[in-house]
Amino acid sequence: MELTELTINQIHQGLIKKEFSALELCKTYLEKIQKKDKEISAYLAVSKESALSQAKKIDEMISNSKELPILAGIPFAVKDNILVEGIKCTAGSKILENYIAPYDATVIKKLKERGVVILGKTNLDEFAMGSSTENSAFFITKNPRDLNRVPGGSSGGSAAAVAADLCIFALGSDTGGSIRQPASFCGVVGLKPTYGAVSRYGLIAFASSLDQIGPMTKTVEDCQIVFNTIKGKDLLDSTSVEMPEFKNLEFKIKNLKIGVPKEYFVKGMDSEVEKIIKKVIKKYEEMGAKIEEISLPHTEYALPCYYIIAPSEASANLARYDGIKYGYSKGSRLKAQKPIQAKRDEVGDEVKLQRASKLLDVYLESREEGFGPEVRRRIMLGTYALSSGYYEAYYLRAQKVRTLIRKDFNAAFQKVDAIFTPVSPTPAFKIKEKIDDPLKMYLSDILTVSVNLAGLPAISVPVDNIRGLPVGLQIIGQPFEENKILEIAKIYDRD
Amino acid sequence: MISSEEVKHIAKLARLGLTEQEIGKFQKELSKTLDYIEKLKEVDITNIEPTSYSVLVENVMRNDEMCLNGTSANGAKKLLELAPETKNGFLKTKSILK
Repeated sequence: MELTELTINQIHQGLIKKEFSALELCKTYLEKIQKKDKEISAYLAVSKESALSQAKKIDEMISNSKELPILAGIPFAVKDNILVEGIKCTAGSKILENYIAPYDATVIKKLKERGVVILGKTNLDEFAMGSSTENSAFFITKNPRDLNRVPGGSSGGSAAAVAADLCIFALGSDTGGSIRQPASFCGVVGLKPTYGAVSRYGLIAFASSLDQIGPMTKTVEDCQIVFNTIKGKDLLDSTSVEMPEFKNLEFKIKNLKIGVPKEYFVKGMDSEVEKIIKKVIKKYEEMGAKIEEISLPHTEYALPCYYIIAPSEASANLARYDGIKYGYSKGSRLKAQKPIQAKRDEVGDEVKLQRASKLLDVYLESREEGFGPEVRRRIMLGTYALSSGYYEAYYLRAQKVRTLIRKDFNAAFQKVDAIFTPVSPTPAFKIKEKIDDPLKMYLSDILTVSVNLAGLPAISVPVDNIRGLPVGLQIIGQPFEENKILEIAKIYDRD
Repeated sequence: MISSEEVKHIAKLARLGLTEQEIGKFQKELSKTLDYIEKLKEVDITNIEPTSYSVLVENVMRNDEMCLNGTSANGAKKLLELAPETKNGFLKTKSILK
């Protein structure tokens, strides 16, 4: 077996038994990235020197017979909206093109303490807004299973890197499906933890009540290892919560009650996807689980609800990119350009703007030039929904519908232990197929957004292929039941 | 259909400069999305409380103290290095008051 095909446990054993060194492992991955990533473009930046030096330190630990944590020496990739100190963090945007992270995200700090090796930063849709990674300001990432298709988004770079064996695992972030959908499209495992299970400190914020960082891995077991390392309450993230301790899960498939919500088999879904998911559910039934059809009646309102709440929160979170404290700045001497007077006359109150200090131009132009079209679209949508006169009709209403969606899940979990659904109505679509129609693109999230609105944990596990394109099963659990859904996912043997 | 006046108004609130062409383009795209969002009006929300956070945490506080050991001793210096323009250890901006 190739070094780049091994799982975390296999690598750990190999390192302890001195079958190979951490440096060898790291070099193998760096060489593979150099050879293969030009086809795929999963990585925005590779940190060759620091990765090699991290690997050497692990080899020293091994030669000193120091006890090795399970993740020591494991090379992984980080989505470029998670801060790694000293390395550029762009969020896939021109506005942060040259921004160098001044500190480590908490998850990175935790992983570094275990001796992981950071290979580099992966591509994403700009500010995590998108479902295909086509919104990256730099370049598109291709699906390793079919280079004419998208890897999904927004964690497309991370998913592609794992799928193409360009890292052992990767970190992604999920606000409306951004870990699960690319995991499904690329045929890897992706977990979105319960809201609050993993610290968001050091994650570039998109929608603060929805964002979560999560692992993307080759196997469910690897996913569990990474999740258990990154989870936990963090004083620097006041929305993070200590995971309640669950007693040793004496896990028996025969006791398992699986809910299948009828609303998730949507009109317009690829019939092959439907067949595959139903086949997987049947397999669990044959193994002894009880399958029960359930209803989540407010499902059809989840997507419009999300497309008010997420952009509203984004409009607030992205206000900080103003060309003053960091990032691209039109006011900077280094990027001096004449403000285009004709443009200014057309926007808003002419007299006021002409007399306004040039500070306003710094804001208007830095943001106009630094942000791509999808980001600007969402900021405007959010600004509109929050503006006076519209706040009750849109944002407040959406927050109330969100309560109803949460209640649907609470009611369902009175009857079942886990909920099984498809992740996406289709497998990976072709590059550029949906890019000209924002609404069409938004509809690809239809099966994943409710989970973020309700704050639940959910995993996407690859279960089959359609014409070579991977299809994932989504398993949704109750808050803080990540280990339960991971165990349920492990049961399914893809072979 | 959202009007171009409204688009200009929102852009100004959001401090986003837009060209005339972009105003037209965003007008169409935003209208389409807002039409889809109208669907939410079908839901009966009488007596429903809004959800701000899916997992309830209450009054998470900390002492308001200066942390000298903090993220790193060079914290302030690092942050200033990222700024587009500084002067004497301060961020420099265009004038705000006349």
